[in-house]
Amino acid sequence: MSILQNPLGIHGTALKLREQRTAVLASNIANVDTPNYKARDMDFSSVMAATQNNTMRTSHSRHIGVSNYQALQGDSMIKYRMPNSASLDGNTVEVNTENNLFTENSLRYQATSTFLNNRIRGVMSALRGE
Amino acid sequence: MSMLTALKISSSAMTAQMVRMNTTASNLANMDVVGTTADEAYKAKKPIFQTVMENYTKNNFEASVQVNGIHVSDRANTKRYDPQNPAASEDGYVFMSNVNSIEEMVDMTNASRSYQTNVEVMNATKKMMMATLQLGK
Repeated sequence: MSILQNPLGIHGTALKLREQRTAVLASNIANVDTPNYKARDMDFSSVMAATQNNTMRTSHSRHIGVSNYQALQGDSMIKYRMPNSASLDGNTVEVNTENNLFTENSLRYQATSTFLNNRIRGVMSALRGE
Repeated sequence: MSMLTALKISSSAMTAQMVRMNTTASNLANMDVVGTTADEAYKAKKPIFQTVMENYTKNNFEASVQVNGIHVSDRANTKRYDPQNPAASEDGYVFMSNVNSIEEMVDMTNASRSYQTNVEVMNATKKMMMATLQLGK
């Protein structure tokens, strides 16, 4: 696909998912002292893969092809984290893990937005034709 | 927009940790308040944290935190023989507060660490937002 047909490529979707994951990780960090809170996370690569390979296979002309991404939306996108060590109050947030993942996620978010920026710049210079 | 959600989540946690900090400060300040009866003596207070799932939807994974009331410690107040104390009962005893200073210090450290973590989350989120706002410039 040419850059002018789909100027943002997969980076637009990636940015949206990274943004959603930020909220999930921020929730974990916020609830570090809440009894019985269970840490959650998004399996980024599987969600990202689902956004890419289009639709569920249909075997009949009247079937409606649901995209894998639509099928995955919502709670099935988010999974519970297995803690490394149990805690007495039933809380499974481990602040080190969450902090690392949050930092990683925000770095990757910035990487994605850099890619987006370059794409936009590429399209702009192609349009100007200078 | 999830970025604003993340800011909301962190700020809810900061508010909750601040309440915890306030109860700890109250407990430490009132550690030496005595009473003639066990009911008059100071009792340690602790906030109860709870997750708010109201705005948790298919695409908005917001689980913020709120303080759901204050728990008053039911640990027994110890009795001390101190007939000089103006609050002493007829047989010369006063009831001490039931604050455990070590517990409070640990709580204080915990609260301030959690607060700091949430400030960092907020800063990182802000940076991400700024990067997005400047896309294409």
